[in-house]
Amino acid sequence: MSSNIYEGSVPVSVLKDTDVYRHTIAVLVDNEAGVLARVVGLFSGRGYNIESLTVSVVDEDAQLSRINLVTSGTRQIVEQIKAQLGRLVPVHTIKDLTDEGPSVGRELALVKVDGTGEVRVEALRIGDIFRCNVVDSAPDSFVFEVVGTSEKIDAFIGLMKPLGLVEVSRTGVAAIARGAGGMVDDALPKPKATPKRKKATKKVAKKASPKRKSAAKKAPTSSKKKR
Amino acid sequence: MPRDTIDGRQMLGARIILKALEEQGVEVVFGYPGGAVLPIYDEIFKQNRIRHILVRHEQGAVHAAEGYARSTGKVGVVLVTSGPGATNAVTGLTDALMDSIPVVCLTGQVPTHLIGNDAFQEADTIGITRPCTKHNYLVKDPNDLAKTIHEAFYVARSGRPGPVVVDLPKDVVMEKGAYATAPRGIKRQQHKTYRPAHTPDPASINAVVDLMVNAERPLFYTGGGVINAGPGASKTLTDLVKDTGFPITSTLMGLGAYPASGPKWLGMVGMHGTYESNMAMHGCDVMINIGARFDDRVTGNLKYFSPGSKKIHVDIDQSSINKNVIVDIPVVGDAGVALKAIFKAWKARTTRPKAKAMKAWWADIERWKAKDCLSYTQTGSVIKPQYAIQRLFELTKKRDTFITTEVGQHQMWAAQFCRFDKPNHWLTSGGLGTMGYGLPAAIGAQIGNPKGLVVDVAGEASILMNIQELSTAVQYRLPVKVFIINNQYMGMVRQWQELLHGGRYAESYTDSLPDFVKLAEAYGMTGLRVQDPAKVDDTIKEMMAIDGPVIVDVCVDQKENCYPMIPSGAAHNHMLLGPEDEGEQKITGAGMALV
Ligand SMILES: Cc1ncc(C[n+]2csc(CCOP(=O)(O)OP(=O)(O)O)c2C)c(N)n1
Repeated sequence: MSSNIYEGSVPVSVLKDTDVYRHTIAVLVDNEAGVLARVVGLFSGRGYNIESLTVSVVDEDAQLSRINLVTSGTRQIVEQIKAQLGRLVPVHTIKDLTDEGPSVGRELALVKVDGTGEVRVEALRIGDIFRCNVVDSAPDSFVFEVVGTSEKIDAFIGLMKPLGLVEVSRTGVAAIARGAGGMVDDALPKPKATPKRKKATKKVAKKASPKRKSAAKKAPTSSKKKR
Repeated sequence: MPRDTIDGRQMLGARIILKALEEQGVEVVFGYPGGAVLPIYDEIFKQNRIRHILVRHEQGAVHAAEGYARSTGKVGVVLVTSGPGATNAVTGLTDALMDSIPVVCLTGQVPTHLIGNDAFQEADTIGITRPCTKHNYLVKDPNDLAKTIHEAFYVARSGRPGPVVVDLPKDVVMEKGAYATAPRGIKRQQHKTYRPAHTPDPASINAVVDLMVNAERPLFYTGGGVINAGPGASKTLTDLVKDTGFPITSTLMGLGAYPASGPKWLGMVGMHGTYESNMAMHGCDVMINIGARFDDRVTGNLKYFSPGSKKIHVDIDQSSINKNVIVDIPVVGDAGVALKAIFKAWKARTTRPKAKAMKAWWADIERWKAKDCLSYTQTGSVIKPQYAIQRLFELTKKRDTFITTEVGQHQMWAAQFCRFDKPNHWLTSGGLGTMGYGLPAAIGAQIGNPKGLVVDVAGEASILMNIQELSTAVQYRLPVKVFIINNQYMGMVRQWQELLHGGRYAESYTDSLPDFVKLAEAYGMTGLRVQDPAKVDDTIKEMMAIDGPVIVDVCVDQKENCYPMIPSGAAHNHMLLGPEDEGEQKITGAGMALV
């Protein structure tokens, strides 16, 4: 599996139609029974792959949940996936965080390493380099909490393997677009932009403008749901 | 307005259900009772606004609702019990999903406190039907009943239509709740999340017309989406074809949208489509797909599919676009609205395709037409199946005739030889290819069109899959005609075995078939049999003259194959036109794996 060259912001122009690429897609859904089964069933029924999937309520009042999913495929397949997600009745909004401008994605992992003596010290040293928290410590084991991109976590786990790695628990990716403005649900009244917010938009737009533009041009697929 | 339709009035869940159906304009429900839905049946008993048609198998109920929906343009409604009632409905729901037919299916369910307990006649209906419905609902509170049913109808009929299941636990149906009237007006009806596309982007319409006016070898390729968009869409299509002078072909599902008697009609496209249609698909330079989905039965081998064309795809479902075939101009929206917009933009242009190029294109088409790909010879004393179907069409075309089919060779022959001039008169299971579809669909169509002549063109194998529905036809005095093309083989299976498996006819011959004439009589209807080609006409006339359900057992040539045919894995320009072609092109390799 190829990893993204630019974290969360891919100049789509560099992609060929046949390139298999990893996309992080955020989906706002109604927080109702079975909605996750619909999404997962869609992926299994149509043979798309899911590399990671997280789901959680993000707005108690509006009863909205957000699903972050990481999948990979050619451009055609990823467009299919988004269109198929868009067909699901309880889906509000879909945003391809990989295609639509820069974004950040983070994962948390709990990594248990058993060992004593030399290896134990080495594990702790590496844990330090990765800015891990030690959330459990016993005479012959550590549980590290590591936060970062999936790649960083992969790397940390790889290094722990020879040092007594016994168990890994990962959350899957939570991702969000950089810059101002939120992924609002089309159906809900839009939050009014305060002057403060506007300023922020400008700032970010300036910083990220070259990347942003190219991505926006090549990927006209908006976050709006079209069916 | 009657008092009890006012919001907030408390009434029994079952009563709410009936009320909501009434408000949705439902006239008929196809169903089968059982423990979990008894309270609903009790309410049905107490009223007479909604008619209940008792089928003999729940699969039949869904197909009947489909037949009703397709022939009337209304939503078909089904009511079945929990467990086996719901599982029996699954084939019908899948069929409706594949062919985009609006159906609302109410399923009984065990009481909420027993869900998950493996209770008697419990099935995870929501889980089972999730992949075979457009959407499904489990109602857990009687106060949600009315709202959910209204929403189910909205979802079933809007956007790309499809089946919707509403699962109704028995306790919810037996408790009291508040009724809610259906939201009125576009604004209030708007769904919280489900907002199907309707009006296409004007820029895309312009791009379509740009291609059209510069085309040299244009072709309309239309599908079920035009039928689903209503009779107005078919009318606009017909006008557009007339104005442009472009040739037109259609999928199995789209037959009747453009009249088959029209001068630009090339016949059906695809595996058993006409030579001229498939050659035109292969050779066109601008393909205008309206409401079809590049199904594998149409495209054949994608590698060789219409290599030289710019492709336009109008579809209401964004996910249909670029799914199988990458297109140049995607247009997302309702086929009728898009057709109107295209027609308007076309008329506003002064540029037209070059007359010389169009003339050459039509000359090509005439050359292909001259192959007369549907020809057959009726000689000797055995009835050719094509002859029987062609005579059926000729003798019934003056009436308001609805043709349903089962699945197999007879279905393809019916598609080839029944030349539909109107939409909504051709009901066949396209996407799923469900044997057993035709008879219940005919029943539904007859209920929706009491004056129409409804004929199920059947195979002797398929008809046995839902033969029990004859009893339904008799009970409700539905004068449906079952026209069995009896070759004693699962003909389509036999044909493939002949082409692909060295003529080893494994299990495709049906021994011990019933005597269909006696069977008809046993059900209390008329049975006719014809074996002599000279008597085909008289038998069909006799069938039409009988004011009641009839089975006609047409004993036909057992070895006839359905041509033309694009063998699996081949390109459109490699059609088999008849048995004489078979030897030349062996189907091998990857083609064998395709179905
Ligand atoms: C429910 C179902 N089972 C199996 C098939 C596979 N199948 C397709 S056509 C066919 C044979 C149909 O035979 P018949 O009804 O006699 O029609 P014929 O082809 O002879 O005209 C079969 C078994 C199917 N389409 N549907």
